[in-house]
Amino acid sequence: MKLSRIFFNGLIKENTIFVQVIGMCALLAVTTSATNGLAMGLAVTVVTVGSNIVVSLLRKLIPDKIRIPAFIVVIATFVTIVDMFMKAYTPSLYKALGIFIPLIVVNCMILGRAEAFASKNPLLPSIVDGLGMGLGYTIASVLLGAFREILGAGSLFGVQLFGMSYEPALIFIMPAGSFILLGLMMGIFNHVRRKKETSKTGEKEEVLDEYIYNID
Amino acid sequence: MNIFTILISTIFVNNYVFSQFLGICPFLGVSNKTETATGMGLAVTFVVTLSSVITWVIQKTILDKFGLEYLQTIVFILVIASLVQFVEMFLKKSSPNLYKALGVYLPLITTNCIVLGVAILNIEKGYNIFETIINSLGASIGFALALLLMAGIREKFEFADIPKPLQGFPIGLITSGLMAIAFLGFYGIV
Repeated sequence: MKLSRIFFNGLIKENTIFVQVIGMCALLAVTTSATNGLAMGLAVTVVTVGSNIVVSLLRKLIPDKIRIPAFIVVIATFVTIVDMFMKAYTPSLYKALGIFIPLIVVNCMILGRAEAFASKNPLLPSIVDGLGMGLGYTIASVLLGAFREILGAGSLFGVQLFGMSYEPALIFIMPAGSFILLGLMMGIFNHVRRKKETSKTGEKEEVLDEYIYNID
Repeated sequence: MNIFTILISTIFVNNYVFSQFLGICPFLGVSNKTETATGMGLAVTFVVTLSSVITWVIQKTILDKFGLEYLQTIVFILVIASLVQFVEMFLKKSSPNLYKALGVYLPLITTNCIVLGVAILNIEKGYNIFETIINSLGASIGFALALLLMAGIREKFEFADIPKPLQGFPIGLITSGLMAIAFLGFYGIV
């Protein structure tokens, strides 16, 4: 019960992208296709889980004063491992993600989880937390990648979806489209969340809102 | 490459915020007021230029020489983190006024990906030391410019009637998308 709550907390309730709005540089940059989005999401998940494991195991050994540099070294080590692994086994993806693989180090989400969760909790919850957070990030990056690929290239995971007559809107593959699409996705997410919250607390507030508007 | 070309290209044509997505977090986070944007811009310019030079020297004199290129990420992030700490202590002692102006933003810079990103890109593109300095200067001026423009626009948001779900970050993202389209106009200059 408790573990599943931790998992879904990272996946949805405190989703890195839509709720906390951190770690967005790489997300905006590499999601030109769903495949790239998936690869980036998985790489981030691996690093988050790995650093959470090590930080959680070492949490009683790391002195409080130098904990941030220590966490950064742990994270950088896992990033280097992922970097070398991708270079060896998936060279084309490695090229597509480029500089954003080493830049996973400065993804604030990973340091944030090490500091806020793994340094205070035992091994198992830390692993689950890393998985939840990482997969939450992956969902966002795959979604953004899929939308951009469909709108900007007319394909999904490299498979052509529409006939020859389809004219893709190139702007969505370019940086500008990435910003605009993520903005709209966040707007939709916020809208759904607000609706859920108001339906939970009853409709009193909304009625009150309308009442005030009417007086105005 | 011509030094002037590098400068113009990094500030306008290949602006690091709008075309490479480096430094998005502070770009969206601290661009609420023009004053804070100026402080952040100055601090970033200072740190990016200094750290690029130091990491370039380390890469050429230590990592390349002893075949340790795979340690690049770890070494660079450590250099940047300690440099930020060092700059903070130095400014506190030597010029309290400047420290007051930049103080809050300095610790944030460690996790700003433009610092590490520019340092790595300088090495990847094979720049020499002068090109490195010019490139990092251009990158950070471009970042500061984007931050200031965004802050100017955001101050006007207060008077705009924005749909509730889009308030805050979403409208900021959409605005930056439109700004990125505007910056596309610089293509072809260089």
